[in-house]
Parts: sequence; C-alpha cells; structure tokens
Amino acid sequence: MSALTNLTIAQAGAGLSKGEFTARELTDDYLSAMEAARGLNAYIEETPERAQMMADASDARRTAGNAVGALDGIPLAIKDLFCTEGALSTAGSHILDGFRPAYESTVTQNLWDAGAVMLGKANMDEFAMGSANITSYYGPTLNPWKARSGDNAGKDLVPGGSSGGSASAVAARIAAGATGTDTGGSIRQPGAFCGIVGLKPTYGRCSRWGVIAFASSLDQAGPLARTVEDSALMLEGMVSYDPKDSTSVDLPVPNYAAALTGDIRGLRVGVPAEYRIDGTPSEIETLWQQGVHWLRDAGAEIVDISLPHTKYALPAYYIVAPAEASSNLARYDGMRYGLRVDGEDLAETYERTRAEGFGHEVKRRVMIGTYVLSAGYYDAYYLKAQRVRTRIADDFRAAWDSCDVILTPTTPNAAFALGEKQDDPIAMYLNDIFTVPASMAGLPAISLPAGLSGDGLPLGLHLIAPPFGEETLLRAAGVLESAAGFTAQP
Amino acid sequence: MALDTDTVKRIARLARIHVDEADLGLLADELNNILVWVEQLDEVNTDGVEPMTSVVEMIQRLRVDVVTDGDIRNRVLANAPLSADGFFVVPKVIE
Repeated sequence: MSALTNLTIAQAGAGLSKGEFTARELTDDYLSAMEAARGLNAYIEETPERAQMMADASDARRTAGNAVGALDGIPLAIKDLFCTEGALSTAGSHILDGFRPAYESTVTQNLWDAGAVMLGKANMDEFAMGSANITSYYGPTLNPWKARSGDNAGKDLVPGGSSGGSASAVAARIAAGATGTDTGGSIRQPGAFCGIVGLKPTYGRCSRWGVIAFASSLDQAGPLARTVEDSALMLEGMVSYDPKDSTSVDLPVPNYAAALTGDIRGLRVGVPAEYRIDGTPSEIETLWQQGVHWLRDAGAEIVDISLPHTKYALPAYYIVAPAEASSNLARYDGMRYGLRVDGEDLAETYERTRAEGFGHEVKRRVMIGTYVLSAGYYDAYYLKAQRVRTRIADDFRAAWDSCDVILTPTTPNAAFALGEKQDDPIAMYLNDIFTVPASMAGLPAISLPAGLSGDGLPLGLHLIAPPFGEETLLRAAGVLESAAGFTAQP
Repeated sequence: MALDTDTVKRIARLARIHVDEADLGLLADELNNILVWVEQLDEVNTDGVEPMTSVVEMIQRLRVDVVTDGDIRNRVLANAPLSADGFFVVPKVIE
C-alpha cells in the first residue's frame, strides 16, 4: 500500500504544506486503500466523489494561499452516528434506512470548516449500543489485528465498539483519523482493541447537535487517531461552543497540540485501588504497573487513591443509559423518516416498524429503559442509579484533591474473537468496566496503545482528568506514548 | 422482582415494540438477568444523596424566544416514508 496512508495527520499536514503531494493524491490513495480493505466492513457507505471534491477544494485553497490549518486536506472517516448533509446517516440501524439528513452535525461542520475531507461513514454498533461492533444492521466490522498465538490465533477479531468502524479504519490505514462518540467507552475501548488513540472529551466540550442521540447525559463526540498529537489536532477541529446544544460549554478552544510539552514533572498521578479486579489477566496488571513506572521516570508523583464506588458505575450505567435511550429512540415511529412497516392501525404500525427496525440489543435496552422509567419502578431503579451516579462523581471530586490525573487500564482484556460473549449481555457489558466511571462523571479520558498482549494484540492505558483537563490529559498521554514507543501495526 | 411474561408484554406495549408470543419467555429471562445484576446498587447507601441531574456544573442558558428557522417544508419531508401535498401521510387515526 502507498506510503501516504501511513503518514500521521501531523506528517500529512506537513507534506501538504511543503507541496510534497496534494490533498487529491492523499485522498485517492486512501480511496484505493479503502477499496482493498473492504473485507473489514469498516465503512457503511464510502463517499468517494464527495472526498475528491473536498480534496480538490483543499488543493485550490492551498494554491491560493488560503489553507485553513492542520486538518486542511486530511481524509477522515465519520462515524455513522453523525448526521452528514445528503449522505446516508443510519446509526447502524435498519430503522434509519435511506435517511439522508438535510443538515450537518456541528462537529462535522467544524471539521469541514477546518478543511478536512470525508471518506465515508464508518460502521458502528446499532445506535452506539455495543462493545464489539456486532450489532450493526450492516454486519460486523473486523479488527485489522490478528492474534499470533493463543486460542484466537488467526481468527477474526472484533474491533471493539461502538465506534468499531472508526477504530478499525484508522488502524488499517484506510482513514487518517476518525470521529467517534463515547457514551460508556465507545471511543476508548475500540481505540484500545485496535492499537490507536481514542479521546473522550469532557461532557459539553463537543456539540451533540446533529449526533444521533443514544443517552444524552453521557454522549460525547471525540477523535480516534494514530498518535496523541493527531488526537490533539482533531480535537481542536471538533470542539466549539454551540448555541444549538444547550449543554455545550462556552469556553475558549485551546491550542491542544501546544499542550504536548513532554514535561510532566510534579504531575500527581492517581492510581485507584478499585481498578484492580479479580480475574483481570496479569498482562493487563503488568502493563498498568509499567505505565506507573514510565510516568514516575518522567518526573510525575504517583499517588495511591480510592474511588470506592467504582464497581457500581457499570450497573448504574445500565439503568441510566437504557432509560435515556428509551426516551430518545421513541422518535423512531416510521412516520417522518426511515423504515415504515404497515400494521392494521397506527399503534400496530409503530409496533411492527420498531420490531423490524431495531435489532435485538437495541430492543432489549429500550425495554429495560421503559421498565425502569415506568410507574412504580422509577424511584427504585432510575432515581437510585442517579443517586449512585452522584456518589461516583463525588469519588472523583475527592480524588482531585490529591491527584491531577488518574491512570488505569482501558479494558480488562485484548480484542476477542467474533462470536465470543455474544450470548451473554453482561459479559459484553463488562468490557466497559474501566471506561464507564469517567463517563458517568462526565470527565475527559484518553486511551493510548502501550503494549502488546502475549498473543500479539494491542493493549491500552487509560488516563482520566478533571473537567476540561484535556490539555493535562494530552500532555500525560504524550509522555506515555514516547515511553511506550508503540510502533506495532496490524 | 422477577418479570413474568405478562409484565414483559406490558413493557413491550409501552415501548411500542411488537414481540411474538413465543419470544416472551426468552426476553423475560434476558431482562431478568440484567435486573438481578443491577440490584447490587442496593448495597450503596444513598440516604440524603441528591440524584444527579446534570453532569457538568452549569447554569441553564436561556435564549431569546424568536423564530430562527423555517420555510424548509420540502427538506423536512424529503425523508418521509410517505408524503403528499406537503404533508406527512400517516395511518388513519380518527374513525
């Protein structure tokens, strides 16, 4: 495959500004690579004509001396949860058959304004509900990595989820970077499984406008990229204050790449005792300890901390997220867009449309959500979960008295085989055990590839920062990245 | 509190999702597994703890109550499964 697709966003940007190649050449190389890698099923819809048009426009801007920044001419995959004007936007669901929005999400509009090029819409778990990218109506996405030994040697592996297509595409060099969304780990977990960097910003940092809603108090857009620097560049292109999202935060947008100073002397790194969980493979624990050593060697101060309610984050999440999903997904009624399956009357039309349009996992979550919000159960389940959520957020607030950033593993295991954990929802949910607590507290967090498992699969380290601590997060992640020297490729 | 198939049928009705009679048992088992698992939350003492209503501490913004959009009927209708004369066409609801 052509070397251009191997460049990071920062390198490609430099090559474009020096005139070593054009955005059109870069885009065409990605389009050929995408065609060659269709077996991964990373894209639901490729948009080659649009990509070439956008690349040509970028070249024209550059020729005229009007290039707009680090992302000008950079080809990206867009998770299918983002509404893109005129381009199929399905959230991986049958119920949004043929939906071509008449509007553009704020995050993608920001990226286009920054000159980025859209390669296509990335596959994902249906409505972002999943941790393996196996619930998509458009079929599973595969992980470009293969285990070189062990029970799964040579088998098709999952890329993680829900942003599985985005992660697979970036790892397989069929996108320079990608947008993802993270509700309970949907950027960070696939990032870890595919050996790339995944960043979930603070809740409110990226606009949710035009992002198909799953659980509105948790959903947050963020980048998937091959390096920490690329993540910083993409994040800056995605973030904005947006009056169209009432939870969007009106804060200045920092120059995130400038945060990568490599200097973390005196940074206090918390290591939470409660993330040591029985049954976690020893290589996960070893890598975590290695991460602690890397940060200490770089001058950080390591602090033992306690987040007592950690184990309750996942069960609380599986009340709050389905509850919000059941409300958000009520809009899919077959009347205004997407699939309609006719019944005897209006009620039956709704019921048939939703039965056929939603996949099994989505139906299960909508029904759990409906139940926990229903009369007589609201207090016992939903209010209880929201109280537990307050305690989880309080745990973090207390931790920030003694540390500036928290280091944990990203996942309790490396990528698993397609078909594994499929029949046991709770085993699947446990994939997000280390990522969900930060989501419940709205905190920014990043996963970066830090080593390989014994079977040769990527493993991630995970950093969590206080609200709007993205710069601290990126600085610490940059130090870990340099120390880890992760250069393995699928 | 284990869900029986009648309760599952009621939830499905509330969620406007058709479930075949034959699938109710399996679905009840799946939902019960999840509900039993989340019951561990009862171990957490939440006396006097306020339920979280907003994950970021922020003051709810107000906006001026003016029309900011409009005259986009055809774009709104463009994705409708069925439309006619500038309207969505829906099943008959009034006899």
